[in-house]
Amino acid sequence: MTGGGLTALLAVFCALPFLVALYRLDILIFMLINVILAVSYRFLTLAGEFSLGHVVMMGVGAYGSALATKEAGLSVWLAAPLAAAFTGLLALLLAFPLFRMKGFYFLIGSFAAGEAIRLSWNRFRDPFGGPGGIVFIPSPEIPLPVLGMVDIAADPIAYYFFTLAIVVITIVVFYRLERSRFGLTLHAIHWQDVLAESVGVHIWWYKTFALVLASAFAGLAGGLLGHYLGTVNPTQFNLHIMLFVLVWVIVGGTRTIAGPIIGVVVLTVVDQGLRSLDEWRPLFYGAILILTVMFLPHGLESLPRRAREWWEWARHRRQPPVSDDEEPPESDRPPPQDA
Amino acid sequence: MDTVVQTLVNALMQSSFVALMAVGLVLIFGVMRVINFAHGEFYMAGAYVVFWLYAQHELPFFAAVVAAMIIVGIIGLIIEQLLFKPMRENPLGGLIMSIGVLFILQVLAAVIFGVGLMKHIPPLYPGATPLFGMDGVSVPWQRLVAFGIAVVLLIGFWLFLKRTRLGWALRACAQDREAAALQGMSINKLALLAMGLGAGMAGAAGAIMAPLVRVYPYIGGPVIVTAFIVIIVGGIGSLEGAVLAAVLYTFFHTFVATYLDGTIASILGLLLMLLVLTVRPAGLLGKGEKV
Repeated sequence: MTGGGLTALLAVFCALPFLVALYRLDILIFMLINVILAVSYRFLTLAGEFSLGHVVMMGVGAYGSALATKEAGLSVWLAAPLAAAFTGLLALLLAFPLFRMKGFYFLIGSFAAGEAIRLSWNRFRDPFGGPGGIVFIPSPEIPLPVLGMVDIAADPIAYYFFTLAIVVITIVVFYRLERSRFGLTLHAIHWQDVLAESVGVHIWWYKTFALVLASAFAGLAGGLLGHYLGTVNPTQFNLHIMLFVLVWVIVGGTRTIAGPIIGVVVLTVVDQGLRSLDEWRPLFYGAILILTVMFLPHGLESLPRRAREWWEWARHRRQPPVSDDEEPPESDRPPPQDA
Repeated sequence: MDTVVQTLVNALMQSSFVALMAVGLVLIFGVMRVINFAHGEFYMAGAYVVFWLYAQHELPFFAAVVAAMIIVGIIGLIIEQLLFKPMRENPLGGLIMSIGVLFILQVLAAVIFGVGLMKHIPPLYPGATPLFGMDGVSVPWQRLVAFGIAVVLLIGFWLFLKRTRLGWALRACAQDREAAALQGMSINKLALLAMGLGAGMAGAAGAIMAPLVRVYPYIGGPVIVTAFIVIIVGGIGSLEGAVLAAVLYTFFHTFVATYLDGTIASILGLLLMLLVLTVRPAGLLGKGEKV
């Protein structure tokens, strides 16, 4: 994406809260928080492993920040980053068992770890509040010259811009990181892990660092959510929500950082369009997921390129030229371990 | 003493339907290399078929169970033909498809039967019977019926796999797809068979459990988690392992749930799965396979 395009996009996002009704601002804020979640999730998948524990990591940040402010009396500005760092630390611990696994086993292993954590919130009332979760979480306040302490969670527009700033930071961090030597190595691990290992890449460290960083950002997203809503509970982080994250990322596409952002934005808009069909909404999620995997395997992000190819094909009745930046075909991948 | 025996009996009854779920999941994974996330929804669909035919239209219970197997089996065939087959070479593709199916089946159940109230299905044989001449030990008749059906199905399935040519073909395909294809077996036909059988057994599991639980569109969730734990602990791809792990895990879970707490039992179960994946990824009876 060009610099001009990005500026325009940012302008749209800055104008957005003034164009929608006030009650929709909540949805926009959740959308931005979900962007952080999806972008960090995609970074985790760069090395080729899909996790089912990412939403629980978000919960760890939310619970951590809530407890640090409520029980330990820390300021939100200290508690949220600390909780994010704690989430990263927990991910580091989980990496020891989890990265002994690959593919489907990693998926199930990450689910087991995450679900065990989530059920602990449900079970242990003492710090975590049980199924009801934690309520009355303090909001972030900033001291202003004339107004005194201002509660930014009370003003959706202020919180929207605050979240937007963190979204921009998140995107910049992950974008730069992907372009760095580190990100390129992750790509190498994805396509040829044995080869990468044989030229001296310590795969475990690379994957672990990706997991830790992605989890820390998920934890930060959790802090943003918790301090805005003022309440957290275990159902906010269950498998169903995780599957929604998976849908956003896969429908958007994982090839570039734009993919998950497009996925979250488009599906949020679709979701809002289907408000009247309340109970049918997951059906459309499922259908969109299936159609995407069948007809747009690289997600919505690849739609412009695919549309151009279809158009070429329709006009000239010939096979579209394979573009240079196409991924290696399936057959070039290392065979799955279980084959 | 009575409590211990009662818990043992409860665990045994419970393990039969868990085994029925796990065996289907393992069969589908073995032949198609697809982890079917929608397997819990097949269970849910089976339960709803019983609700629809037996509770609403007053068909005989056993006919409803057979119908549940057939209907859910057909759902499985359709899903295989339309969704899993195009994803044959993509290991994650089938899994993502099954997540889509999961959402769709849940919504269909909610729309067709309504979300509001959980459905209670009257048991065919109300009441319970004492066992082993002990006062404190009793088992509901309906559970005994469910146990009997599950055991008959499992034995029938086992005989099918061991004694018939089609069963041999299925096992051959599960062991080595390429070699099976080279011997002239049609992977697509075997995949259809595996999916039909696997889904049918999940449907049967839902059908026999329907009068014992409250039926609602999301009952598949906890069931699929249990089934995953069982197939991992048993060694993925191993049918005997799945049955053994189903029995062991349900005993473990039932005892912890009885003497401590249900949630603790689930947490310990998940940690056990994590431990197995870390220390012995092949599971109890699985083949040595790099994870």
